[in-house]
Amino acid sequence: MTSDTPGGLMARLRRRRSQPRGRVRRRLGTVVRLTLALTLAGGVYAVFAPGLSADDTPQLSTAAEEGKALFDQSCISCHGRNAQGVPDRGPSLIGVGAAAVEFQVSTGRMPMARQEAQAPRKPAMFDDDQTRQLAQYIQELGGGPQVPEGGLRAPQGDEETIARGGNLFRINCSSCHAFGGGGGALSSGKYAPSLSEATDKQLYAAMLTGPQNMPVFGDNQLTPDQKKEIISYVQESLKQDRDPGGWGLGRFGPVTEGLAIFLVGIVLLVFTALWIAGKS
Amino acid sequence: MKRRKVDVNAVPGKVAGGLDERFQAATPLRSILNKVFPDHWSFLLGEIALFSFIVLILTGTFLTFFYTPSLTTVTYDGSYAPLRGVHMSEAYASSLNLSFDVRGGLIMRQMHHWAALTFVAAIVVHMFRIFFTGAFRKPRETNWIIGLTLFWLGFLNGFTGYSLPDDALSGTGLRIASAIMLSIPVIGSWVTTSIFNGEFPGHVIMSRFYIAHVFLIPLALLALISVHLGLVFKQKHTQWPGPGRTEHNVVGERFVPRYTIKQGGFFMIVFGVIALMGGLFQINPIWLFGPYEAYTVSAASQPDWYVMFLDGSTRLFPAWELRFDLWGWGEGYTVPPIFWPTVVLPGLLTVLPMAYPFIEARLTKDYRSHNLLQRPRDVPARTSLGAMAIAFWLVLTLSGGNDVIADKFHISLNAMTWAGRIGLLLAPPLAYYITYRICLGLQQHDREVLAHGVETGIIRRLPDGRFIEVHQPLAPVDDEGHGHLEYAGWVVPKKMNRLGALAPAIRGFFFPIEKPAEAPVSPGHPPVEPKSKREEITK
Repeated sequence: MTSDTPGGLMARLRRRRSQPRGRVRRRLGTVVRLTLALTLAGGVYAVFAPGLSADDTPQLSTAAEEGKALFDQSCISCHGRNAQGVPDRGPSLIGVGAAAVEFQVSTGRMPMARQEAQAPRKPAMFDDDQTRQLAQYIQELGGGPQVPEGGLRAPQGDEETIARGGNLFRINCSSCHAFGGGGGALSSGKYAPSLSEATDKQLYAAMLTGPQNMPVFGDNQLTPDQKKEIISYVQESLKQDRDPGGWGLGRFGPVTEGLAIFLVGIVLLVFTALWIAGKS
Repeated sequence: MKRRKVDVNAVPGKVAGGLDERFQAATPLRSILNKVFPDHWSFLLGEIALFSFIVLILTGTFLTFFYTPSLTTVTYDGSYAPLRGVHMSEAYASSLNLSFDVRGGLIMRQMHHWAALTFVAAIVVHMFRIFFTGAFRKPRETNWIIGLTLFWLGFLNGFTGYSLPDDALSGTGLRIASAIMLSIPVIGSWVTTSIFNGEFPGHVIMSRFYIAHVFLIPLALLALISVHLGLVFKQKHTQWPGPGRTEHNVVGERFVPRYTIKQGGFFMIVFGVIALMGGLFQINPIWLFGPYEAYTVSAASQPDWYVMFLDGSTRLFPAWELRFDLWGWGEGYTVPPIFWPTVVLPGLLTVLPMAYPFIEARLTKDYRSHNLLQRPRDVPARTSLGAMAIAFWLVLTLSGGNDVIADKFHISLNAMTWAGRIGLLLAPPLAYYITYRICLGLQQHDREVLAHGVETGIIRRLPDGRFIEVHQPLAPVDDEGHGHLEYAGWVVPKKMNRLGALAPAIRGFFFPIEKPAEAPVSPGHPPVEPKSKREEITK
């Protein structure tokens, strides 16, 4: 460090001026040789490492190219060029994976209508093919979790599959989505949405990627088989439950039950009281 | 053998005579059977509670045949497929069996639950009537206090019943109840451990709650209801002021037969409405909640509506935790924040209303006995206080369900909480002010009609071009056209058809009654005069 002080540097320059020219030429030769060696090494590396070619856009499959076109039209304003994200507008999508794209786009959450606490579910803007192309683009851009191919429900035949799925649902899901899957409030305007419209793929992708305020249930927390059991429970039991007790009052629990007793029960009985007392 | 002739018509009299010779029941029975009850729709609200209590006993007895109050773990293998193979307590398994495998079990359980909600709701509505009409005043303070005790007993019985199925929702409620008990300073941990026989949940809580729910509390309810009704008999029912009604008589119908017949019919209707709700509206779907485990809690876990105000107070109360040295027990003695909204608040809400009749008597210096009711508008201070209490309770109850409201109406939950906090402070005084002004306005209008007469809707143009509305005075007027009627504490007619000026008034609720029922004969009633001939109103 001390040699970098101005005094030391001046002294060195003075010394260099006093040296003979032959030494300068020798040094120049060294520089030339070094440059040539470096160029050679770099050239060889450049030839054998295609990723570092001058072309900065990656080689995309046809589907991904289509997806990129869609992305550049509908997503780029918030997620930025090459899905790098735009500060205060949209996050980077590098590494979110095809699963995240399929969830967000197929449920209509993306593209967002406006910036708010949480993107609500709405009619999807892209059809299945377009969604797959977008997902493929993001997947090829940065990798990430993917929804596995094939059936996403637990295999039929095992009687206790749904019971196990129900147990897992009550442990992991009902604290936000509520016992009936109708959703619930979170802080500051955020919420856990209703599961009533969710498809198998969306449920799986949601667990895998943890969209918006949902935690990620990676394959270490819930194995793929457990995820499938939960999906089986939601789709085959929760949604098929035909409310044997009558109208389910939205399955909101005691809130609507309390409303019903006053709006229906007490109102009916007070009118009856009016009627009976009027008959005198 | 010679057949003896039986005079059928004489049988009831003979039987009754025979009974009276043996038990001397005629004299006391006569006074009961001849008891007169005044007739007004608002006097029937308490009956709703009484009748739903009877439904509760009937349906509850059915449920006890199939319910097992045990926390022993079993594996479910009943007919509800999605829970087959799940480990659960016997209490929960038997509740599922009684819902799905017992014929008529589900509708019985639902009727029981709806009847419970109706019971407490009717108690509250009945209490409003008592409060707003001043029926709690001397000599009926005791019955007011008994009524409040009945509410809290109903509250307790509702809570123990809510806990019995041992589903995830009731277990969550029980967990909260244990936390509330734990929060009581000094004795909290002892209370909790003695009720749960150790740490929550323990193994005995279901059998303890069961005996409390089906025996101890219902017994107390039954005893207090008997005293409540006995006092109504002894002290006589209050009545509205009106023609022929004084502080010393009761105008109405005899207990037998008219009143009994009407009440019998009313019981059938209450039963019917509860059965209808039990059959049409699903309540407490325990199969969706799943068995209670310490790790399961669902979003929107609420208590039944009559407990929801305590849930709301807990949600609104700030997290103020007190830590101090309690008489040398060391630093860090903690009074958790939950103590204030769930122990102190209900304590106040019990003591203040119980003391209210005495407070009001002291403030108004009115220590006389009252048998005539007051119209709410005539006592604006009390009516406004009542409105204030209702506003307070409504804000708390709505806050108890604020997560459901926030979610379904797309409001921020934080905004709901703050709206509740501010509303809890602002809504009651606002309710007081508005109610007071409305009461004064109604009073004033009564006086105005007494002085100027009823608006006829007839607009007349005077020769000088002015327009006036013609009023029908209710009594002879002085030179200035003003009536001099005293306000009698009862409804002032404000429409012409109330005076019989329009077509004959059609009586009946849904259908006109063809022949008007004869007015009950009572000594104080003024004789009805024949209708005078109609004339056109000219002034």
